[in-house]
Amino acid sequence: MTPEEHFQAIVDAEDKIEPTDWMPEGYRKTLIRQIAQHAHSEVIGMQPESNWITRAPSLHRKAILIAKVQDEAGHGLYLYSAAETLGVNRDEMQELLHQGKHKYSSIFNYPSLSWADMGTIGWLVDGAAITNQVMLTRCSYGPYARAMVRICKEESFHQRQGYELLITLCQGSAEQKALAQDSLNRWWWPSLMMFGPHDSESPHTQQSMAWKIKRVTNDDLRQQFVDMTVPQAEYLGLDIPDPEIQWNPERGHYDFGEIDWDEFWRVVKGNGPMNRERVAHKVKAWESGAWVREAATAHAKKNKRARTAA
Amino acid sequence: MTYDVPVAPGESADIEESTQLNADAWPMWEVFVRARRGISHVHIGSLHAPDDVTALENARDVYTRRGEGVSVWVVPSTEVSAFEPDAAAEYVEANDKVYRLATHYDIPEEVGQM
Repeated sequence: MTPEEHFQAIVDAEDKIEPTDWMPEGYRKTLIRQIAQHAHSEVIGMQPESNWITRAPSLHRKAILIAKVQDEAGHGLYLYSAAETLGVNRDEMQELLHQGKHKYSSIFNYPSLSWADMGTIGWLVDGAAITNQVMLTRCSYGPYARAMVRICKEESFHQRQGYELLITLCQGSAEQKALAQDSLNRWWWPSLMMFGPHDSESPHTQQSMAWKIKRVTNDDLRQQFVDMTVPQAEYLGLDIPDPEIQWNPERGHYDFGEIDWDEFWRVVKGNGPMNRERVAHKVKAWESGAWVREAATAHAKKNKRARTAA
Repeated sequence: MTYDVPVAPGESADIEESTQLNADAWPMWEVFVRARRGISHVHIGSLHAPDDVTALENARDVYTRRGEGVSVWVVPSTEVSAFEPDAAAEYVEANDKVYRLATHYDIPEEVGQM
């Protein structure tokens, strides 16, 4: 049996690949790319939400939002650790993100314009993330799959608090409900875009499926998300901004309209509403934290010397 | 959602990676958490920190935000010794010695539970 056949046999048997196992170079590269982008997404994803921490309408909501943003930081850390098991250097990953050479999910290149967005992001953006991440808990690479199990547990809190926030708004005044509707209007299509291009336009899907990095295709996940979300919007009494949304009894799924793929590619290529601000803010945060990192390093060195001398 | 950001037309699918070690980078620590009294510490993940105290504090914040543990250990990753992957099979796998297993022995039913 060649190493390649042995590797595929482990994958086909639904067993996990671990860091010290032999793996095809393409598998390693695909995972590094995907895990790094996922980690960066969690870290950049803190920005649209931390934007509202100081303006949360109550102490309770503020505490929830802080906890959620802290979770996103944690998710980034789990994922950077998973990427490191593949032999990449963490500081280097950061640096490449800062230089714009590494990407993150396009959804975070949209602005959070109102308090209702804190609900919609939890409901739709984290909802879409859960749809994808539940699949990833069964990914063939052990460290990635394990990180996903932890993340999924926490995402459930994220989605539920968001939906509950929207219930509160939708049962409130007419202005509050209008705020929620406006938020859904702005986030609906970008949320559908989170699942990526059509399967027919996604050339790497087949290989990723064979390696069991990806278990369900983009279009199937998107359909799953729409089917789950439409009744939730109905409960809120909000209208999904797509006139083509309709239950199709023959398919047993909701039909929905076509995504604006020009906008999709525009944002992927770096020209979304917030691409530059997000990266600039990340760089600024990294640079303003430099003195903390330096001080901690100096303190650790001093203590080590003292201990060695004692 | 896919975290595999699609490759835009005209862009390369390869992303840059480097395994270059940064001498100033904080060392890595392996984190072990005891979920509750009566069970062992179990490896839960890793993190970077300049020293053991900071590593413990970070481990608490990163891995036990929801009461996942009653005790945390951190160990410098460089202090963990392991078999080379090729040698591991030789040392770890001994499944051919079936006589080591309780199920290898036939005990008549009338003897009862043993």
